[in-house]
Amino acid sequence: MIPAAFDYIRATSADEAIAALAEHGDDAKLLAGGHSLLPLMRFRLARPAVVVDIGRLNDLKYIRDEGDHVAIGALTRHRDVETSEVVAAKVGLLGEVTSHVGDPQVRHRGTIGGAVAHGDPASDIPSALIALGAVLVAAGPSGSREISVDDFFAGFLETALSPEEVLTEVRIPATDGAWGFEKFNRRAQDWAIVGCSAAVRADAGVGVALVNMHPTPIRAGATEAALAGGAGAAQAAEVAAEGCDPTEDLNASVEYRQHLARVLTRRALEAAGL
Amino acid sequence: MHWRMKAVERVSVTINGAEYSHEVEPRTLLVNYIREQAGLTGTNIGCDTSSCGACTVHLNGESVKSCTLLAVQADGEDILTIEGLADGERLHPMQESFRECHALQCGYCTPGMVMAAVSLLKENPSPSEREVRLGLEGNLCRCTGYHNIVKAVLHCAAGASATNGGAQ
Ligand SMILES: Cc1cc2nc3c(=O)[nH]c(=O)nc-3n(C[C@H](O)[C@H](O)[C@H](O)COP(=O)(O)OP(=O)(O)OC[C@H]3O[C@@H](n4cnc5c(N)ncnc54)[C@H](O)[C@@H]3O)c2cc1C
Ligand code: FES
Ligand code: FES
Repeated sequence: MIPAAFDYIRATSADEAIAALAEHGDDAKLLAGGHSLLPLMRFRLARPAVVVDIGRLNDLKYIRDEGDHVAIGALTRHRDVETSEVVAAKVGLLGEVTSHVGDPQVRHRGTIGGAVAHGDPASDIPSALIALGAVLVAAGPSGSREISVDDFFAGFLETALSPEEVLTEVRIPATDGAWGFEKFNRRAQDWAIVGCSAAVRADAGVGVALVNMHPTPIRAGATEAALAGGAGAAQAAEVAAEGCDPTEDLNASVEYRQHLARVLTRRALEAAGL
Repeated sequence: MHWRMKAVERVSVTINGAEYSHEVEPRTLLVNYIREQAGLTGTNIGCDTSSCGACTVHLNGESVKSCTLLAVQADGEDILTIEGLADGERLHPMQESFRECHALQCGYCTPGMVMAAVSLLKENPSPSEREVRLGLEGNLCRCTGYHNIVKAVLHCAAGASATNGGAQ
């Protein structure tokens, strides 16, 4: 299917995109890689009147080693994250998780900023960013602000970004700690039925987050607390689904998702050497 | 104000080395542009959900699903479709490998499959069988069971086709 008609604006800078958003408000949508937005528009589940294309903001395509953290421009494609040596050396979990997103064609187009800003609980990438404790940088009409990943995901496909803000950068604390990622799906290319990211952070704390277990991407807080209290992987994984409100769909019942969360969390923790 | 806003947009692209330029509605999908405006119908459409890969073309040398791009997103870029792969009458080694290994039956998935496979070998010139299977996970085939497709890609990677070094 072909999307409903819209007006097209090609932004040549983040400021231009912000100005366009400020002018058109809720009628406008940013277009980055388009691999979440265009499928929705093709089914007419989204019908923005104005599409603001930020896909050519080349100054937001970068991966920088900033010593204690890695800074990734919002328009950086999954393919570039997946193949980055800086990512592999300093935030390895993110590289691994990104390599499991969709298929090569999807990874040639989709961007890290789009994957975060879409706020999809089924997306793999937010789980890595939560586990690693990332900070998101947003630019709006009144300047730039930093948002902790813990304050970013507000509801199903809803984030802390205001309608006139553009996500510009993702900052991920560096760690050489071990990590694990588990994604359970039935067929190649599919989204996760449930997934789990776990990472030993530089402060020696352990970050654990779940995919598709809640209306938002979610931290497995009970598991993290159990680990901090000295529990082993198996024991900590038992409480992985606590505080999660998963949905039931064609793939899985609520109980099955809770079961998967426990099993995948145990495996991810074991892979992270816990 | 540098940006433009109007009901139609001009799209100028290079497809298989030739220049094309048309006015299109912004909502025009790249696959429809390639098939209907440029008249190159080798690229197929197999689904509405970005899943099947039948529409795979190369954008600046990398595989993309042309049903999940707007034509305006490709403005100014370089596109390669299945029609541009062969060198005159001489098949591209991947096409020749598909022929030699019987990697197609109905052929509907084949243009996308071949384009995805060529992109895969550019990124990973000597993949393992598992890497080929993962590398083609965005392409569905309803006929072959994939077995001979994987064989063809490995055959091509090994330089074993008649057009890339193998026995004539
Ligand atoms: C077939 C298929 C399979 C997939 N499988 C997976 C999978 O297994 N796992 C997974 O995690 N993902 C998967 N995806 C999604 C893919 O990773 C998307 O690329 C990603 O979720 C969105 O990135 P994008 O750049 O394409 O964003 P777009 O589609 O361009 O945008 C998505 C949303 O974010 C907003 N947005 C984008 N960039 C910004 C920004 N910089 N600032 C503010 N708002 C912004 C847009 O307005 C829009 O609302 C799949 C997609 C497809 C088509
Ligand atoms: S037609 Fe593009 S993925 Fe199916
Ligand atoms: S040969 Fe028929 S779909 Fe692949």
